Amino acid sequence: MSGILLEGVSKSFGHHVVLEGLDLEVPDGSVTAVLGESGSGKTTLLRMVAGLERPDAGTIRIGGHLVDGPHCFVAPERRRIGLVPQEGALFPHLTVARNIAFGLRRREDRRSRVAELLELVGMTGMGERYPHQLSGGQQQRVALARALAPEPAVVLLDEPFSALDAGLRASLRADVVRVLRRARVTALLVTHDQEEALSTADLVGVVQHGRIRQLAAPDRLYAAPADPAVARFLGEANLLAGQAAGGRATTALGEVALEQACSGLTGAVTVLLRPEQLEVVPLAPAGAPGRVLECEYYGHDSVLVVEVPGLAEPVRVRAGGRPRAAAGEEVALAAAGPALAWPATEPRPA
Amino acid sequence: MSVALEARREPGPVTRLASRSRRGSLLAPGAAVLVVAGLLVPVAFLFLEATQAGWSEVWSLVDRPIILGLAWNTVRLALAVTVIAAVLGTGAAWLTERTDLPFRRVLATALVLPLAVPDFVTAWTWSSIFPGVHGYAGAVLVMSLGLYPLVYLPVAAALRSADPSLEDVARALGLSRLRTFVQVTLRQVRSTVLGGSLLVCLALLAEYGAFEDLRFQTFTTAIFTELQVGFATADAAGSALVLVGLSAVVLVAEAAFRERGRLDRGGSVPLPPLRRHHLGRALPCALAFLLGLAGLALAFPLGVVAYWLAAGGSSTLPATVSVAGAAGYSALYSALGALGATVLALPVAFVAVRRPARWTAALERSAFVLQALPGLVVALALVFFTERYLPWLYESPELLVVAYSMIFFPLALVAVRASVARVPKRLEEVARSLGAGPLRARVRVTLPLVAPGLAAAFCLVFLSGVTELTATLLLVPNNVETLATQFWAFTTNVSYGAAAPYAATMILLSAVPGFLLSRVFDRRTARGAGS
Repeated sequence: MSGILLEGVSKSFGHHVVLEGLDLEVPDGSVTAVLGESGSGKTTLLRMVAGLERPDAGTIRIGGHLVDGPHCFVAPERRRIGLVPQEGALFPHLTVARNIAFGLRRREDRRSRVAELLELVGMTGMGERYPHQLSGGQQQRVALARALAPEPAVVLLDEPFSALDAGLRASLRADVVRVLRRARVTALLVTHDQEEALSTADLVGVVQHGRIRQLAAPDRLYAAPADPAVARFLGEANLLAGQAAGGRATTALGEVALEQACSGLTGAVTVLLRPEQLEVVPLAPAGAPGRVLECEYYGHDSVLVVEVPGLAEPVRVRAGGRPRAAAGEEVALAAAGPALAWPATEPRPA
Repeated sequence: MSVALEARREPGPVTRLASRSRRGSLLAPGAAVLVVAGLLVPVAFLFLEATQAGWSEVWSLVDRPIILGLAWNTVRLALAVTVIAAVLGTGAAWLTERTDLPFRRVLATALVLPLAVPDFVTAWTWSSIFPGVHGYAGAVLVMSLGLYPLVYLPVAAALRSADPSLEDVARALGLSRLRTFVQVTLRQVRSTVLGGSLLVCLALLAEYGAFEDLRFQTFTTAIFTELQVGFATADAAGSALVLVGLSAVVLVAEAAFRERGRLDRGGSVPLPPLRRHHLGRALPCALAFLLGLAGLALAFPLGVVAYWLAAGGSSTLPATVSVAGAAGYSALYSALGALGATVLALPVAFVAVRRPARWTAALERSAFVLQALPGLVVALALVFFTERYLPWLYESPELLVVAYSMIFFPLALVAVRASVARVPKRLEEVARSLGAGPLRARVRVTLPLVAPGLAAAFCLVFLSGVTELTATLLLVPNNVETLATQFWAFTTNVSYGAAAPYAATMILLSAVPGFLLSRVFDRRTARGAGS
């Protein structure tokens, strides 16, 4: 059974089409991230699952029950959802404990439930504080505890870490996922941060042009993007024009082997080469010659931006522990297959 | 997984269900429309009444020789006082907020307090001691001293929250100290100065008591004379129309000059700490200026009231009500009026903030049209309206309360709207996701957060009601006197000693909510800075 199921969901604001026939299945008990650029409609999607916005068309089910459809609408307060908005949105006039107890019905077991949740999010003993006395990360923990308190069927998280600074973000992210898994709750997270999506979720859905372009496990999504647009959106991608024949493709960087799945392709293709699939080799005879334009040095590795004759765009090459290359240096590149490819008729993203 | 969701299956088109799901929140828009319509009815009636006789008739009322003189008086007064109040208010605000002046907190409080002294009391204190203070010059002096806090208060707040790094940038770009002040600092608060000047202008147009005291004729005093001496209701209506026209011109002019783009920063970005300008050798001048201002605007009127209190003296005029009795009436009517205005403002504020659309903006703006109507005009409209349709309501306490609610509705709306705007809609949404219905979410989350704003609105209207004279004179019930009207009865009888206790009580009664108000705002800014 699925935790959340959206079928054919469309939504426009005025003339602006945000979602167009979107389908999404969030498996029960999973942490699923929806990844999209700002303005891609991912927050609208979340608000529709919460019942705060109504789709123009399509159906939404939570735990198998229809909550929004042509003849049915379940109000937000009756959907059994937990909502963790951006920046927490704690009730400023209530203490942490009373924030967490807000959604609890029976009075008798409130105290123990609040204590349990405070412990779960690692904030034992802070129940009597007010939101303005907490740091940003603590506020997010309380927001999560408040959402989990009434034991919701699903928890919806809207860019929950975007307001925090980078160092805090990573540790809080790990904590939140740990809490979500311990609570065995279905979670839907929307974010524009690919690192956040890849590192936290069991499944990542990429939303583009009002639809989910691909829904897959993070490693699958990176290794086997459905199309060049997804490939470019997730991680760094060199997309090269090439000619395929017999399971191999010829590109400006020489010949590469193709993945098993696309070994049947012939004719004009678009070949995906991640920066780590390219390497710098001794000049001639093996490699394709190029000239370094820039070197982005990251400490643990570096990325070379290399201009290759015959290619409109420079390619990006991950160069491991190599000493820094200087701009203007002549290098030779070799591609290590197998590579993914798509028929070139697929419209190339700009 | 067993999820006990109640999915209601109901037949019928989506649109019906969509509106059904929003039924709870249709309450506020409905109430808002009713409120604004109700507020505008008596005023619309005044116009209908005046124009019923035909436009030539109206024109004959407007086109009288007296009107030209009144217009000249009103305009030259408004220009002079507005400019002086803007300069005094802005200068004082900059000195207390942006310089290293000593005793800043005390001075800041003393500079606001003249608001608690009604202008007709200030005028009386001057004219009772210096009979030479009268006419145009007297009116300019008294009204500038009485009204500059209307500029000072908002400009001080704006300077406190303005971004000082803009000044640093300007200096770094090579602008001199003076040019930085003019092109950056003043520019940041320009629309605030303009807003404060608007309030000064409207207050001037509405003032009656002070000008009567100072023997200076404006539209408002003329309307009163026409009513009370000649019972010339048609003339009064004609003058009232011109007065409304003038106020409307002021409102439109302010809207036209107001800044389109806002200069404020993104909400959560903390402001860099304020650095204060070093006054150096200018310090004695600055201190003398502020002490002089506070002395003339606050210490002098209070001193004169104390003098007449001590002088005492019997009056040939018997008091209709005792000081305590008048205080009771003032407090009761003002409190009920404040309650009315605040409650009425709530739905309008909610609709204006939460449903930004063209019709809600229009609704809010039409509510602010009331601001352009001097209390006297609202009172006149109510008199005409009740005489015609609801005679049993005429001269009843209820009508006075209704008048207060109407006159001070724009004031309440400003305070309530600001506090509603500070509560993010998201909080209500979270409450709903936690199982609270729409109404429950509003009551448990939004209402407690809006409460300080409601209290502020209540205090503001209460303060204004206690010191209201013009409309109260017209509408006060038989055998009842408020502090303001009894004070007025004594001063027009030159029984200054007998009048003084009423003035003192009035100031005390309006200073208490004023004090509470400043405490609420201080606490809020302290909390905002702490988080």
